[in-house]
Amino acid sequence: MAVCVAVIAKENYPLFIKTIPTDNELKFYYTVHTSLDVVEEKISSVGKNTNDMRELYLGLLYPTEDYKVYGYVTNTKVKFVIIMESSNTNLRDNEIRSMFRKLHGAYSDMLCNPFYTPGENITSRSFEEVVLAMMQQD
Amino acid sequence: MAQLSDAVLFEYLHIEIVGYIHRCADENEKDHCIAKLESLGFRVGQSLVERFTRESTRFKDELDTMKFICKDFWNSVYRKQIDNLRTNHQGVYVLQDNKFRFLTQISNGKQYMDVAPKFLAFPCGMIRGALANLGVNSVVTAEVSAMPACKFQIQIQRT
Repeated sequence: MAVCVAVIAKENYPLFIKTIPTDNELKFYYTVHTSLDVVEEKISSVGKNTNDMRELYLGLLYPTEDYKVYGYVTNTKVKFVIIMESSNTNLRDNEIRSMFRKLHGAYSDMLCNPFYTPGENITSRSFEEVVLAMMQQD
Repeated sequence: MAQLSDAVLFEYLHIEIVGYIHRCADENEKDHCIAKLESLGFRVGQSLVERFTRESTRFKDELDTMKFICKDFWNSVYRKQIDNLRTNHQGVYVLQDNKFRFLTQISNGKQYMDVAPKFLAFPCGMIRGALANLGVNSVVTAEVSAMPACKFQIQIQRT
């Protein structure tokens, strides 16, 4: 299950970060922050090998000792980062992909709310519910 | 059938919005109407593009983005594609639509030429908003030479 879900704006500032309650939430913030470099690298490599890497889902960004970090970038350059526990070994790539799709769906629904100004922090309750459901899976 | 009625609804809603904004404006702030419609369109374009690009792959470059606007975006909004896309490869793109949906209800000929701009402000804003969210800053202007045909000129702003 996901331990942290983050949405990063195109100018690389956080719009939304949700972590499971732990003593050192700050560690997750740090992990998300570091992952942005890997995201940047993955996007800029597009064009060199054209046929792959056109997908929005970026796959595993990097593993750490306890966690795995996955990334997704929309066409509007909004980044989604999900951190999973690596103890969960039977996790398939397709499951992660569908999680990101769900997150993207929730994000674009949220953006259509006329009371939301693009670029602001996300406070939508229905968006948060989608994220919480991801963190409570299985 | 559902698709058809959706399309008509959007058209009527747009006509009413244009009418409403012009009715509400004072005599001396007529100029604001166009700007107001344009900014309405901007916000709509911004949200729409997030939704429409959900299934598409990442765009290679600026031209790829433009092609998306001409094909998928135009198709989703106006149920037709742009008829002609031209560019000078230096940041100017001209999108020509020979039968623009919002102008088809107005009679052909020169008579109503001066009312055309107010029906084109919203679409201009929508293009600008869509491009801005895709990371391309631009200025969009429209031009009508013969009634249902219309040209959108997109000038990319590089800073």
